[in-house]
Amino acid sequence: MNKILLIIQREYLTRVKNKRFILTTLLMPLLIVGFIAISTLLAIKGKDSHKIAVVDSNGFFKGNLKNSSNVSFDFQEGVDTLNYLTKGYTDIILIPRFDGAQKINYIIRSKKRISITTEATISEHINAAIEDKMLQDAGINKLTLDSIHTQSQFAELKAVEENGGTTKESNAALSYGIGFGSGMLIYITMFIYGAMVMRGVTEEKTNRIAEVMISSVKPFQLMMGKIIGIGAVGLTQFLMWIVLIVGLTTVAQAFIPHDVLEQVNTLQQYNGQMPSGGMVKAGEAAQQIYKVQHTISTANWPVIIGCFIFYFLGGYLFYAALFAAVGSVVNEDPQDAQSLMLPITMPIIFSFIIMSNAVQDPSTPIAIWASIIPFSSPMVMMARVAYGIPGTVPYWQLALSMISLIGGFLLTTWLSGKIYRTGILMYGKKVNWKEMGKWAFRKN
Amino acid sequence: MGKADGNSTFENNLIFMSNILELHNLKKYYATQKAVDDISFTIKQGSIFGLLGPNGAGKTTLLRMITGIFFPDSGRIQFDGKEFDPLNDIIKIGYMPEERGLYKKMKIGEQALYLAQLKGLHRSEAMEKIKFWFKRLEMESWWNKKVEDLSKGMSQKLQFVITVLHEPKLIILDEPFSGLDPLNASLIKDEIYGLAQRGSTIIFSTHRMEQVEEICDHIVLVNLGRKVLDGTVGDIKQQFKENKFSIKLSELPSIVNSNSFQLVNQQANALTVRINEGFKSNDVLQYFLQQNLTIESFNEILPSLNEIFINLVEGTNATSRAFQKVTA
Repeated sequence: MNKILLIIQREYLTRVKNKRFILTTLLMPLLIVGFIAISTLLAIKGKDSHKIAVVDSNGFFKGNLKNSSNVSFDFQEGVDTLNYLTKGYTDIILIPRFDGAQKINYIIRSKKRISITTEATISEHINAAIEDKMLQDAGINKLTLDSIHTQSQFAELKAVEENGGTTKESNAALSYGIGFGSGMLIYITMFIYGAMVMRGVTEEKTNRIAEVMISSVKPFQLMMGKIIGIGAVGLTQFLMWIVLIVGLTTVAQAFIPHDVLEQVNTLQQYNGQMPSGGMVKAGEAAQQIYKVQHTISTANWPVIIGCFIFYFLGGYLFYAALFAAVGSVVNEDPQDAQSLMLPITMPIIFSFIIMSNAVQDPSTPIAIWASIIPFSSPMVMMARVAYGIPGTVPYWQLALSMISLIGGFLLTTWLSGKIYRTGILMYGKKVNWKEMGKWAFRKN
Repeated sequence: MGKADGNSTFENNLIFMSNILELHNLKKYYATQKAVDDISFTIKQGSIFGLLGPNGAGKTTLLRMITGIFFPDSGRIQFDGKEFDPLNDIIKIGYMPEERGLYKKMKIGEQALYLAQLKGLHRSEAMEKIKFWFKRLEMESWWNKKVEDLSKGMSQKLQFVITVLHEPKLIILDEPFSGLDPLNASLIKDEIYGLAQRGSTIIFSTHRMEQVEEICDHIVLVNLGRKVLDGTVGDIKQQFKENKFSIKLSELPSIVNSNSFQLVNQQANALTVRINEGFKSNDVLQYFLQQNLTIESFNEILPSLNEIFINLVEGTNATSRAFQKVTA
């Protein structure tokens, strides 16, 4: 078997068989899906319901206050702050005499503290009631008012972008999420796997296995075997995560009640509207699920995942070679590694800052250039790609960025190989970047 | 092509075969020092060769050039009758560096298998050889242990097995006995003799002179990047002998005074003498016979390699003093 394949195999298998790797690979998606599931569950079921008694001194609100799913208003006589709890209410609202001319303060008393969302709901209802009352006083018929309300409720902004003759629905929030998420993921993995390469190289050097290895294989094979092996570990982890998240989401969907799911399917069929002229209204939960599913479907996933894998690998190879070079010159003292790593970590951190701006505004000159230069392109280009190709990122920019990243990692690998070759067998000497530079650009 | 030509080629081959390694004017200069400065020597196939020198003499650099890790700045290396080609010849060499190196967290069997495969053995072939050696050195029960669980001596044995597993033509052992107890040291020593008998050549780099005297056929001493000594152990001792003899007499002599020799040391009736220039050992014997003294024993005192090396290296630089401390 080819020697470099043997090295890749060892680097890969020792890490993949590691208990910590298996644990993080399995637990991470569980945590993510679990977190989403629990927060969704809390949002649906966790709302505490309020039965509120309203003491309306001037009869202003009666008939105008609407109930909602978890807040109901009641105008029964004879309820006051002393007895509302015994009469089965959770809260009581006291509204002072009011003529609609000046702002009033009303008070709500509760058995337990009310949540911020409930507070907003109540305030919204009361203000809507006041508005209704004023409109009615201005001469608008109550029936007309009601019909306006039902009609004007669902105006929604739908952004559409040009896509080579056809148009495509887009969603800025989703693009932001994908861009920031994938940029962040590349940022974290660059550090985690880059450091893993560096530690591995230093370990081989300080263990003195390097000398045994180099009497069997070329230093470059040893370095590339390690870089590729660890890169494959990273890729395995991502693929496992994708598979597990998709799988777990499917499992989680099994817990959605059957009738809700049916409504979601109908919504999908009729493009978000219920059939028969909106006479039958879909439930709140079904609408939410449909909305999420619909939003996710607006992204061009094959392109995004393809780009992500390319930029993850490209960025990893670009920086891993540099990390390997640093690892090869470090001796036992981890302090040395810290200061030598700075010139590598600075551009990574800098790219992260550019990325977090580019994800808000993907077409600034800085974002465009940073997405082409290989030092920052892995993160910044992912932030921009989420906004669409070729709308936000023209094909030529993507091509230029990819080519320069490939050229970039070939260059860093070549230079690092020369540093590594000298560094891996040099003991007891403190080396700085100036010296490493000399090794890198030395002939032969 | 005539008959005579065929014969001469055959003879040439014989001559080439006899030298596994020839170094011609090897040089390797670093920025601050001449690590190896114009060194030449040859090593015969099947011999046990000692490469000696104080710390910093250039031994490691020399060995790294022989193992193809470093390229010489100038000079030639001839390996097994051909120009040394590190890429292909590397599998014919087994190198055990002074600083032992193994993957600490890897299981011993897997590790041996991995390193053997990197030396070009097929998996099944490697497996077979590992089993053979593990059985031979009583290491069979170690297969699933990790290196970090081994004692220093045990990992030393493992390192030795890994070095010789692929039956290399040239085996380079840098301090192979350090950390081994006497029992295991003699076990490994026997294996080294066995490997040499089966045709492998062994380069043995060490500070331990008594082992060199015992094991090596041929030695080279390097100091400050240059070759200082080259020859068989016997020749070198002859070369550096100081004409000293020890004489044991049956009774205490009275006054010892002769123009043929000088008394160097006397402990009761055991004397050490140095023969003066122009005289022979028989002159010493004659003197004592004339005194009518009974001679119980008469031996020539040859210098130990240790003494020779300290004499040669002493005072050359700071590192040679470190060398003294190690050997003393």
